[in-house]
Amino acid sequence: MKLFAIRGGIHPEYRKELASDKAITALPMPQRLRILLHQHIGAPARLLVAAGERVLKGQMIAQGQGPVSAPAHAPTSGYIESVSEVTAPHASGLSQTAVVLVPDGKEEWAPLPTPLADPLTAEPQAIRDLVAQAGIVGMGGAAFPSVVKLHLGTQRKLEMLVLNGAECEPYLTCDDRVMREHPDEVIDGARIMAHALGAPLVIIGIEDNKPEALEAMTREAAAFPEVQVRPVPVQYPMGSERHLVQALTGRETPAAKLTADIGAVVHNVATAQAIHHAVRFGRPLIERVVTVSGRAVREPRNILAPIGAPVTALIDFCGGLVGVPARLVQGGPMMGQPLPSLDVPVIKGTSGILALNAEETGEAEPGPCIRCGTCVAICPCGLVPLEMAAFIRTDNLDGANNLGVTECLSCGSCSWACPSHIPLVQYFNYAKGMLKTKERDRAKHERTKTLTEAHRDRLERAAAAKAAAAAAKATTKGTPPAARQPRAEEPAEA
Amino acid sequence: MMIETATTSAPYTHSAASVQKTMTTVILALVPATAFNLYLFGWPAVFLFAVTVGACAAMEGLALLISGRRLMPTLGDGSAVLTGWLLAMTLPPWAPWWTGVLGAVFAILLGKQIFGGLGQNLFNPAMVARVALLVSFPVAMTSWVAPHPLFWTGTPGFLDALAITFGGQIPDGYSAATALGLVKTGLSMGQTVSQSVGQLPDLMDMGLGLRAGSLGETSALLILGGGLFLIWKKVITWHVPAAMLGTLFVAATLGHLANPERFTDGAFQILSGAAFLGAFFIATDYVTSPVSKTGQLIFGFGVGLLTWIIRSFAGYPEGVAFAVLLMNSLTPIIDQYTRPRRFGRTRRGEPLAPQGDK
Ligand code: SF4
Ligand code: SF4
Repeated sequence: MKLFAIRGGIHPEYRKELASDKAITALPMPQRLRILLHQHIGAPARLLVAAGERVLKGQMIAQGQGPVSAPAHAPTSGYIESVSEVTAPHASGLSQTAVVLVPDGKEEWAPLPTPLADPLTAEPQAIRDLVAQAGIVGMGGAAFPSVVKLHLGTQRKLEMLVLNGAECEPYLTCDDRVMREHPDEVIDGARIMAHALGAPLVIIGIEDNKPEALEAMTREAAAFPEVQVRPVPVQYPMGSERHLVQALTGRETPAAKLTADIGAVVHNVATAQAIHHAVRFGRPLIERVVTVSGRAVREPRNILAPIGAPVTALIDFCGGLVGVPARLVQGGPMMGQPLPSLDVPVIKGTSGILALNAEETGEAEPGPCIRCGTCVAICPCGLVPLEMAAFIRTDNLDGANNLGVTECLSCGSCSWACPSHIPLVQYFNYAKGMLKTKERDRAKHERTKTLTEAHRDRLERAAAAKAAAAAAKATTKGTPPAARQPRAEEPAEA
Repeated sequence: MMIETATTSAPYTHSAASVQKTMTTVILALVPATAFNLYLFGWPAVFLFAVTVGACAAMEGLALLISGRRLMPTLGDGSAVLTGWLLAMTLPPWAPWWTGVLGAVFAILLGKQIFGGLGQNLFNPAMVARVALLVSFPVAMTSWVAPHPLFWTGTPGFLDALAITFGGQIPDGYSAATALGLVKTGLSMGQTVSQSVGQLPDLMDMGLGLRAGSLGETSALLILGGGLFLIWKKVITWHVPAAMLGTLFVAATLGHLANPERFTDGAFQILSGAAFLGAFFIATDYVTSPVSKTGQLIFGFGVGLLTWIIRSFAGYPEGVAFAVLLMNSLTPIIDQYTRPRRFGRTRRGEPLAPQGDK
């Protein structure tokens, strides 16, 4: 089976050995869970419960609203203590609405949606309904509602589901562990998804630094001729959807299109497992595997944590911190979010919690660009980071836009490699944000302009009509009716 | 526990690369060729080398002080020392001390700091200095000596050397012409190329570096070793050196085939003068050469071709410095036309056709 080259990329220090041999362990139920209403891309969920209410495990406590949204469920049975604002696991450190749940330790399940007896012959819509009800989002970190992506097959003819087991971010081993410990569930989930998508083929791409996962998955896939497990080279950012599809199929997704437009839909392996649970057992997404790692963590682990568990509880479960970490990160070190504090809850997209010491982050004061060209050589998107950054530095956003800054993945490769430690991604994120705002403003302005113009036209038309009427009146007054000009709507020879 | 709110976006891990490491690696790669040539040309070369490198570092410090910037980390990044080092390597080994100091003024102040410091200059500072010196002081800059290794009989001792470097007089009987110079003078006096080449060291000695020439340029072999070390260390890639030496070799070979009495052959061209030094250490300067690999191929090609043209047709026997400066001026344009193909787009920037196959 042939693999195809992808452009650029880097080989950071992976440091996966810190956690890769630690089997998934369940976190003891914390005293309080804080379940955010907005854990996904799209509209926040609408609250269904109130303080003081008792909820059962798996009960829906907030409902998805609109086409792109996801519900939230109670990870265990207990009482709603309050609905309050808590610090979100986001760089901004802003607060968000969360349901505060005090577990009662009974683990009493709510009645669950009826699972499908034979999902592989079921109606795709029945699968999608269960996935939507289970509140499943992309678990690789993007947290995009999975059901939306399962619709991609309804208008297109898809050739394959690509299951993303690359896990190219350093430190993270949660997908690795899921594939090693539950290959059957992952592959079943993948087959269910492929069926829902109408895709005849499943290709599972796993970076070849995970030999155990490759072996487990290959063994499990042997029974299904339509499922292929394929090692892909270790090359960050292999886990980028477009690049993974290119490596596996040689097809390059055109700019401004989706991988689905070239026949492939990409889902994460942990998402596949969650879909297996939802479709076979009706179970919602109420827990996930989180890699807690970094050298500032005493004993890195892979933890099965209920959604809403405080990050402090996870860190404590790992024996606490060693010294004061230089950085706290949610997700991987290349594309993760900085955490404002440890006092934040786990959300559905939390793939990792990293506490990194200064030696690991290797941060240094930025210097001038020496035009070494490294960033150009390694950008997986074929961009010219140094030039884009130079434009952004002088606030020339259009210049950066022309060079394609909006196509930047923010994969971090350029910043990682820059010998002058220039925070290139920071520049690009800033520019992307500004360009988006500008675009929104422009659209708004355009709309306002059209409205104003329409309004003005209307006024002008009205004024003209009035003037015409007045003139007509005047004319009628001054001249005999016989001399009156025929009006347009009157047949001239009346 | 609250940790300082992170304002920098990811990544939160970083490669070990740094400007200082890059510069140090380049300097390390230059050490064998330099040491050999300092030995070959004796104490005067040692003095000139020390003066030039020291003056460049001093000028950098001065510029930082004048503009009110901190001395560190800029002075510690090694770029000024490297510029001084390269400049020294292109000076005649027994040139007077003030060529080094003046060269430092040209290189660091006029060639680099005026543009805003590291990374901002359009032209290679060492080559700016070299050409400025050559044009202003043609005699001092073209007074070559034959190899006089340290501690050999007939080699100036420490005190004689002080007189040479700081007194400014090369005693009689030491001077010699470079290979390129000899050929050029020969041609102007009606000698054929083969007659001139007959008086020169054979190609073997030229390759080893047992010839007259600039302070650090004579040993193609050691420079090649240093260059390969840089390629191995991933500080440079093969593109510029291969394109430059390849073009120079091919152009010279074609010329030689067409008229062997007028043009020297390819091997002679690449083994003489500053061809190897230029190819591996000067034309590869990050700041002043294109950033993309395609751009670097074009740049190397241009430097090689221009070097041959200048050597063969212009008044100067050596053309590497001029060729590099000329191509430096084209770098921005080359960069603009050799941007990589963006993912999902054609070379011209249109989105790929929907089927997505290239
Ligand atoms: S990697 Fe850094 S120093 Fe090198 S060209 Fe890019 S921005 Fe400049
Ligand atoms: S962050 Fe953007 S510009 Fe930098 S390497 Fe990744 S895609 Fe290219």
